[in-house]
Amino acid sequence: MRAYSATLPAPEFAGPAFVTPKPLSECRVAIVTSAALHRPHDEPFTQGDTTYRTLERSDRDLVLGHWSPNFDRTGFGIDVNVVYPIDRLEELAADGTIGSVAPRHFAFAGNQPDTVSELRLDTGPACAVELTADQVDVVLLTPV
Amino acid sequence: MSVLAHVFEAAGIATVVLASMLEVVQQVSPPRALYCDFPLGRPLGRPDDAAFQIDVLRRAFALLDSDGPVIETHPETIESDETPLACTLPPRDDPNAPPAVDEARGLRAAYERAKAKRGVTAVGRAIDADGVPDALAILHSWDEGASWKENPLPGKNTVAVCHDIRAYYEEAALELVTGPPPGARAAEAWFFESTEAGRTVQGARRAMKDQDAPFPFWFYMAPAHR
Repeated sequence: MRAYSATLPAPEFAGPAFVTPKPLSECRVAIVTSAALHRPHDEPFTQGDTTYRTLERSDRDLVLGHWSPNFDRTGFGIDVNVVYPIDRLEELAADGTIGSVAPRHFAFAGNQPDTVSELRLDTGPACAVELTADQVDVVLLTPV
Repeated sequence: MSVLAHVFEAAGIATVVLASMLEVVQQVSPPRALYCDFPLGRPLGRPDDAAFQIDVLRRAFALLDSDGPVIETHPETIESDETPLACTLPPRDDPNAPPAVDEARGLRAAYERAKAKRGVTAVGRAIDADGVPDALAILHSWDEGASWKENPLPGKNTVAVCHDIRAYYEEAALELVTGPPPGARAAEAWFFESTEAGRTVQGARRAMKDQDAPFPFWFYMAPAHR
């Protein structure tokens, strides 16, 4: 899969933004994953889905809704933190390494159309608005 | 992931990417990325290993101190385990049923224990646990020469049904094996190399290809390398 992915077109960003955050111990941190995680009763991800699902801070019973048959799912079955390290964030907040854990986290599906234009122009910015509303300073992005 | 990093930074939020594809992250070039050469599906490396996961996070968050764009590599490589899980399969019960159908019924108790323990299951994209033996019977018929078009699966989505069958098996298997967490791909190897269901899925996949079914209908029923 790694060799194959290297052959796919990837977008390039000219003059990208670079945000310098405040000290980590004062930052509110959210996780955004491309593992297509969702709560069991949420609308499942469709093939090529460009939308996202919201995960509450307390959610642990999550379904991995990604459509690819090519990666391991048993790690997530054993321990959600190997994909979505929410318990680790709680621990880092408890010991003061990070300021706080965001109230909401977000999941996209990693298998996006090649142009990723919906993600760049529509659902990505919409998610950013929600993160900003929750006063998130730092986002940790996790794939599968 | 790296695309979202650019989107979020443009909105004023700092980001750190845990990257699993080095060439992609180098090309998309997000502000901060920690490339981890871990099995795909396990971006934090090791399940049930909080200390290792914390180490990954500390290294990732340390990149926030960088004055400019940075891609670092985690010093450890974790290989997948291609050795099939040592998971005992149920003995034959109903000699009149196709082997995979009989096998799936025999794993039901383990699957139910796993579901009760986790409180959630990945089975249900197209079929539930009750539908697994019936779906395997249909896939078995394709492998035996029946037309995939005239004998459709429930939901008519081969990829979703095969996901559900494999999830049913892998969840049951995790309940049946003991010891430390298995490596990535051990359950995949077990499913496709050791179980009747895995053989049936692969046989049905070949049959669909031979019957000129559309590529995505059969290709994504199993990992690309199988």
